[in-house]
Amino acid sequence: MKRFPLSLALATVLAFPAMAQDLRAPADFDSIEDQTERSAAIFEEMGKVLTHPRCLNCHPKGGPTQGDDMQPHEPPVVRGDADFGAPGMTCNTCHGAENFETTGVGGIESIPGHEPWSLAPVEMAWAGLGLGEICEQLKDPERNGDRSLEELHEHMAEDGLVGWGWEPGEGRTPAPGSQELFGQLTQAWIDTGAACPG
Amino acid sequence: MNIHTSRRAFLSGLIVAVALPGLARAQQKSGAAAFFNELPEGSGEMSANAFIRVAPDNTVTVLIKHIEFGQGPYTGLTTLVAEEMDADWSQMRAAAAPADVEKYANLAFGMQGTGGSTAMANSFMQMRKAGAGARAMLVAAAAERFGVPADHITIDKGIISAGDQSATFGELAEAAAQQTAPEDPPVKDPAQFKLIGTDLPKVDSSAKTDGSAQFTLDVYRDGMLTVVVAHPPKFGAKVASFDDSAALQVSGVQKVAQVPTGVAVYADNTYAALKGRDALEIEWDEAEAETRSSDAMIEEWTTAAKAGGKWEVVKTGDVEAALEGSEIVEATYVFPYLAHTPMEPLDAVVELRDGEAEVWMGSQMQTGDQGTIAKILGVENVRLHTMLAGGSFGRRATPDSHFAAEAAEVAKANGKGAVKLMWTREDDVQGGYYRPLTVHHMRAALDDQGGIKAWDHGIAAQSVVMGTPFEAMLQGGPDFTAFEGANELHYAMANHRLRWAQMESPIPTLWWRSVGHTHTGYAVECFIDELLEKAGKDPIEGRLALMGDDHPRERAVLERVAEMADQSGDYGYGVAVVKSFGTYVAQIAEIEDRGGIPHVHRVWCAVDCGLAVNPNVVRAQMEGGIGYGISAALYSEITLDEGGLIRQQNWDSYRILRIPEMPAIEVVIIPSAEAPTGVGEPGTPPIAPAIANAWRRMTGNATRRLPIIPVA
Amino acid sequence: MTISFTVNGEERSVDVDPDTPLLWVLRDELRLTGTKFGCGIAQCGACTVHLDGSPRRSCVTPVSMVEGSDITTIEGLSGPEAEAVQAAWRALDVPQCGYCQSGQVMSATALLQQVSSPSDEDIDNAMAGNICRCATYVRIRQAIHDAAKTLEG
Repeated sequence: MKRFPLSLALATVLAFPAMAQDLRAPADFDSIEDQTERSAAIFEEMGKVLTHPRCLNCHPKGGPTQGDDMQPHEPPVVRGDADFGAPGMTCNTCHGAENFETTGVGGIESIPGHEPWSLAPVEMAWAGLGLGEICEQLKDPERNGDRSLEELHEHMAEDGLVGWGWEPGEGRTPAPGSQELFGQLTQAWIDTGAACPG
Repeated sequence: MNIHTSRRAFLSGLIVAVALPGLARAQQKSGAAAFFNELPEGSGEMSANAFIRVAPDNTVTVLIKHIEFGQGPYTGLTTLVAEEMDADWSQMRAAAAPADVEKYANLAFGMQGTGGSTAMANSFMQMRKAGAGARAMLVAAAAERFGVPADHITIDKGIISAGDQSATFGELAEAAAQQTAPEDPPVKDPAQFKLIGTDLPKVDSSAKTDGSAQFTLDVYRDGMLTVVVAHPPKFGAKVASFDDSAALQVSGVQKVAQVPTGVAVYADNTYAALKGRDALEIEWDEAEAETRSSDAMIEEWTTAAKAGGKWEVVKTGDVEAALEGSEIVEATYVFPYLAHTPMEPLDAVVELRDGEAEVWMGSQMQTGDQGTIAKILGVENVRLHTMLAGGSFGRRATPDSHFAAEAAEVAKANGKGAVKLMWTREDDVQGGYYRPLTVHHMRAALDDQGGIKAWDHGIAAQSVVMGTPFEAMLQGGPDFTAFEGANELHYAMANHRLRWAQMESPIPTLWWRSVGHTHTGYAVECFIDELLEKAGKDPIEGRLALMGDDHPRERAVLERVAEMADQSGDYGYGVAVVKSFGTYVAQIAEIEDRGGIPHVHRVWCAVDCGLAVNPNVVRAQMEGGIGYGISAALYSEITLDEGGLIRQQNWDSYRILRIPEMPAIEVVIIPSAEAPTGVGEPGTPPIAPAIANAWRRMTGNATRRLPIIPVA
Repeated sequence: MTISFTVNGEERSVDVDPDTPLLWVLRDELRLTGTKFGCGIAQCGACTVHLDGSPRRSCVTPVSMVEGSDITTIEGLSGPEAEAVQAAWRALDVPQCGYCQSGQVMSATALLQQVSSPSDEDIDNAMAGNICRCATYVRIRQAIHDAAKTLEG
């Protein structure tokens, strides 16, 4: 007996108009003749995913946030040395291998889960950054987990935890588009020179 | 001492238990005081002695008429008996008394029940008399056996002796039971107390540390079905129609039935019941539902508080005349609805048999709950086991016995057999019976010396009591629980007016740990602090000056807490002093500004509760009361959207205190020979104003609406 | 569906809906009632058990997830850390209503198994997921420090 899925969904859409939009495909940018401009435009499209709460919540500077309004995680948790919480209350105290649907009435409808589950390392934190800054960070091996652009594509297109963003469980807005499309965008961005928005 | 007792209260015969059934395993490591999860059999027939039984195995079991949900009556009342019997603490056991108003009424209520921090106060003399009576019977039996006069007998730590002869209570139990119970046995001179006033270990700590303590949720009966009820999403809404076809498809769901409070799902296990409820499709009739938002209600309440309302509770002098032409200080304080959210959600097990029912429940108002269940089920005999409860804070003390009624309705719709009704946390948070939404409007004027020339106070709130079976206790007067703590002030004022505007809503309200004092303590202590600041006075010296000589016990706790507190740190400091339920508490809060959010760093607390029967329990209750109050000061509120939907569902949105937010606490108990008063509630009222006063003095921001940190 | 796992050293098999939270399997099927229900959404920690040695909220753990695992509940908790924690809990009379304390003891024991001498901050971080509505937090903190001292010897 879900009490207000409709009103909640509506409120969410109104508060976060970006979520209602779908993700455009690389071909939609073919009309931009300048390759660098096209690359930057593609990255801006990728930004809809990168700055979506499903991604930002786990790319914070400090501890994780949660929800579409990105509130501090409740119960309060800390990042910990391994980006996996504090000794005695690591992420897997609550988060399992799969999303878990609750049986309450309203409120938190599922507990997100995936194997593995952890925060992005602090050097990969995006929360609070502009899209251009995120872009520069993504290309910087010191701040992207020592990934080449090819490996970056693999992370975006195939990583399971990244993919969780599109299957976040009951009561959570998925990231726009699909991981496949996001992967194609990433590849197109790389192929066009991986330019960053100004 | 103002404790009413009746002759019945002095019953002090002795019953001997021949054997303790295995079921009643004492829940403690050997060699320590303990309690029984389930009252040993045969206790229902104890007509000679209501409270004490001595077993041949030398244990002394005290039947506790008050529910234990953390405030310590199992330990405290057992201490009183052990003291008067000169028993050894390790031989003592506590067990829940059966629901029986004839024997176990709260002497402050006239019915069996717990609340208003009365457990110790009303039982103090009653349990001592019971213990003294039992002691006299043991002494009489010993005198016969030893062949010596009774006044040659001494008892020390449970050993009865005369010269070189000695016996344990257990050895003399059977003989003692043949003795006549004394009518009115003398009790000890407090100077002789050996156990009262000491930090005896609590009887229930051990069982609550190893998981063996039994709560209602832990009761399982043969063939029992677990039941959850789908409740309306808005207060006052009713079931219009429902479709249970999907619910009945859930494996393990046995039955779906409409009950007066909603739609009940019966299942073989809890998960099936919850899944079944999720699968229900219900149309609600919202014709009589509360559809106002809490913001709209606050606006309405504020207007009413300013207008004053029809109940003029205090009228000293002429406030209007005194305010006229004076510089008026004005403040409006807004307090949200609050849920109690005890750790154990409401639950009950009802087993319906031919013409009788057996009930297991954390009942706080046994007499009302028992009667309600009997009436709904149409049976005369309802055997009610008062279980340990996972907290209450007022939530289980419902004048309308609504939860017992729902349990009985659920059982009735099922017929013979056992059902366990369980509320989920969402049912609890959204289920009403809240601390009333309350708005205070205050106006005051100071005289030339900084004294209070006029104090005009309007309160708008629903009544907790009116319209319930408890209304009779008001005797036609206003509901004092709406303004207690604002009517009798410990500050001198020449002109004083207090008015109460009774507000209406279908949202049921209830007492919440310290009841009216939760908001009156805040309004009075914040407003006085602002007035003192305005007058350029020190918050402690200024309060003491306004108290004069008429309030020695308030003065004493305030002076003591000022001595205790080290206010030299680089923090904000605030003080408050509140008398509630006969107990005086002053607190000083030390506050840190963490990026615009107050963090309570340390709290000093001085309490005068008369004689402290167990100082360790008193300290624990102050600590817990402070923690409970911080939740409300900083985090908790129940709010309604436009249309009447409740925004909070669980502890993620109804935020309460967690360990990183808990301050260090230092408690001092003022030594006293006065009769003991309660400690369950009085620790709570001063902390919110102490925090707010510290915050205001530190940041300049006066908090006029709680909580200070609303959940977004 | 039959699911098998070890609870407190004993092998158990249950035939239940695989989505059933471990909490309700422990309570309704195995009658291990020391593990409590408080919120159902991993907010309060009253349902904490040890899953293969780590604390885990059983209310959000589908029983299908624990196939072949080793579970310890409050009833089977043992070892030096557990004994020190429970002794400290009793000595300080930590519990009030007591309902959350199984979960508190499970979390505290797990903390001490990982950090032998925790700071206040370590305690706050590890115990933040365990709500005590009676607010026995001052004593919980102290009891964990006392238990750590006992373990030091």
